[in-house]
Amino acid sequence: MNLDKFYYDNKLPKFFAIACIFWGAVGMLLGVIAAFQLAFPVLNFSEYFPNLAFGRLRPVHTNAVIFAFVGNGIFTGIYYAIPRLLKTPMWSNKLGNIHFWGWQFIIVCAAVSLLMGFTTGKEYAELEWPIDILITLVWVVFGINMFATIITRRERHLYVAIWFFIASWVTVALLHIVNSFEIPVSFMKSYSWYAGVQDALVQWWYGHNAVAFFLTTPYLGLMYYFLPKAANRPVYSYRLSIVHFWSLIFLYIWAGPHHLLYTALPEWAQSLGTAFSIMLILPSWGGMLNGLFTLRGAWDKVREDPVLKFFVVAVTCYGMSTFEGPMLSLKNVNAISHYSDWTVAHVHIGALGWNGFLTFGMMYWLIPKLFNTKLYSTKLAATHFWIGTLGILLYAIPMYWSAFRSYFMMKAFTPEGQLQYQFIDVVQTVIPFYIMRAIGGTIFLIGVFIMIYNLVKTAKKGSFVAKEEAEAAPLTKEYRAPSNSIWHSFIERKPILLLVLSLVVVGIGGLVELVPTFLVKENIPSIASVKPYTPLELQGRDIYIREGCYNCHSQMIRPFRYEVTRYGEYSKAGEFVYDHPFQWGSKRTGPDLARIGGKYGDAWHFNHMLEPTSMAPGSIMPSYPSLYENEIDRGSTNSKIHAMRKMGVPYESGYESIANDDLDKQAKGIADRLAKDNNIKVSSNKEIIAIIAYLQRIGTDIKLESKK
Amino acid sequence: MKFSTYLEKISGVSIYPIVSLVMFIVFFVLVTYWMYSIDKTEISRIENLPLDDNNK
Ligand code: HEC
Repeated sequence: MNLDKFYYDNKLPKFFAIACIFWGAVGMLLGVIAAFQLAFPVLNFSEYFPNLAFGRLRPVHTNAVIFAFVGNGIFTGIYYAIPRLLKTPMWSNKLGNIHFWGWQFIIVCAAVSLLMGFTTGKEYAELEWPIDILITLVWVVFGINMFATIITRRERHLYVAIWFFIASWVTVALLHIVNSFEIPVSFMKSYSWYAGVQDALVQWWYGHNAVAFFLTTPYLGLMYYFLPKAANRPVYSYRLSIVHFWSLIFLYIWAGPHHLLYTALPEWAQSLGTAFSIMLILPSWGGMLNGLFTLRGAWDKVREDPVLKFFVVAVTCYGMSTFEGPMLSLKNVNAISHYSDWTVAHVHIGALGWNGFLTFGMMYWLIPKLFNTKLYSTKLAATHFWIGTLGILLYAIPMYWSAFRSYFMMKAFTPEGQLQYQFIDVVQTVIPFYIMRAIGGTIFLIGVFIMIYNLVKTAKKGSFVAKEEAEAAPLTKEYRAPSNSIWHSFIERKPILLLVLSLVVVGIGGLVELVPTFLVKENIPSIASVKPYTPLELQGRDIYIREGCYNCHSQMIRPFRYEVTRYGEYSKAGEFVYDHPFQWGSKRTGPDLARIGGKYGDAWHFNHMLEPTSMAPGSIMPSYPSLYENEIDRGSTNSKIHAMRKMGVPYESGYESIANDDLDKQAKGIADRLAKDNNIKVSSNKEIIAIIAYLQRIGTDIKLESKK
Repeated sequence: MKFSTYLEKISGVSIYPIVSLVMFIVFFVLVTYWMYSIDKTEISRIENLPLDDNNK
């Protein structure tokens, strides 16, 4: 048989690896800064750098870690593993380069635009529409390159890691497109196509599956490749990996609504989310055990090899968070965990433990290979391992603790039936935990710097192998499968069929979950008194979104006594029909704002936004002095109203041309009242006026209803 | 506390969870069947793919 000679390219894996580690360090550093900001609000430096306040920084942190660190980590592994598993170089070096530079360009655009305040206000999908389009293009380039490689392969069978890559690619594409339906208002500003309950459902269907198909399945692909490689033995059970794959992608897509338990989301959708989340334990643990059992009988190796150590903890953290996740989707557990630091702890077990440690293990294995040498210092790597583990513990434990502390404080009533603690008391109690968490994060980051040093030294020691020569026979046209291998090996030889099947499998879940909610549109009980926002309130709402207030404030009161007493009447689905995008939030670092309208006078907000501690001593909310300088962007009113009406918000036709008159009138009213009643002088065209108007409006419509 | 009664307007919405569950079970059985039907020698060839780098 003729053997083809060809070369594996190591350049792109190297580029991606460098990018992964670089952005990882940046993303984690931002996380550490954000963590310290929560403990010491002066670190927001609001007077000097309004762009770095927590509300804007946190999305940069999350996006950097997910899409820059983990994203480049995925590509590193894929560009290394796929050619070797398929015995062919990547199909196109050019597309590979476009993919690499395109992705880094997106990351830079994302960071800059988020800090500038361009955001859609939907968590983990904050990027504005031009960047969304760029992402789509680069993703397609990546897909073409990957599939063309698969099609021109020299190995008939597709190893299970490749299925994970294929399913991840197609599902991420689907999620990104469905969740990014937005109507552009201007360059870098858009409104979500969906509103209220629907927007929430689509967003969390997306958010949950971004965790599933960006942070989990591609990394499982890496696990199934690099773990056997590092241990130098095949995976424990290949059969189990098949079941792992199919049940995982089938189940994951349904579980999104577990982020919305006790909210105004329909009850059947909540139950569906819970049921499927519980079932998810099975395949997840199947996968974890498959990974760990691969090392059976090789534990002496684990003790010596830092790569395997990192893998063991990574896979264990995968098991822990995939057990915890389903638990968190039980309604009674969720009642405690939702909006609290528990969720934060949960995701960081996943991010630091699973994604972080798997990446580190992969790098410690890969970089010496790429530079044809041995790791510079095994000892330093072991140190990194222990520091990293300590960092995770110091991060997670205070967060769990803080979650329970605040839960018990929030729900405590005095014998007279009054709430025992003010919100600010809870804030004060958790600050020490925030400090500990920030220290834990810092320690983890120090470990990363140790790794960087070690890897740079390794690279310097060796010499880079740009190309590796390999040989394999081409695939022959006529292939006869062994007579007793049916079905699966058939599918597995057909990548496109595999792609289509994966899409069908995830598509079913998506459809069953989303379609009814869209049919429901007419069925959401319209509350007659719920009216569209006035132009000024709409502008204020956009400032609220821009400043990322949703990173600390929810707007969704759950039907519990301790919430209703604290915040007011629980939220109804019908109240959000004009909310493009919804702003329910996911974390209550500050109190819920769903009924803030009318709770205080305008002057209270005026003083509070300028200096939160003046109204709430001990507050950790950033101050917003820039809102008192910036002028309301009146020029955008017209197109905003227009866009809203296009999506069905009932503004009268032609209203956009006179909307600014109403805006001025309302703004002047607020400014005049502030001057008359409180002796506060402020010109009516400042942003603070708009945000006061919005805050005073939130959750008030329904009060009108009950007054009638 | 029930606050989402509006869904009752969709006829037979309760069928959704049941349909999904049945779908999953059928799917799971099929996958398990596939899994067992793969030939042993094939499995051992495939599972060794990552190990065989054959850089000549
Ligand atoms: C770092 C987290 C954080 C961010 C970001 C944040 N807040 Fe706050 N907010 C808090 C905390 C903590 C409190 C409770 C203490 C206080 O009243 O200052 C609070 C309280 C409030 C209150 C009073 C609520 C009540 O019922 O007493 C309002 C109104 C408010 N914030 C509005 C905003 C707006 C508007 C933004 C965005 C421009 C924002 N917050 C951003 C943390 C935050």
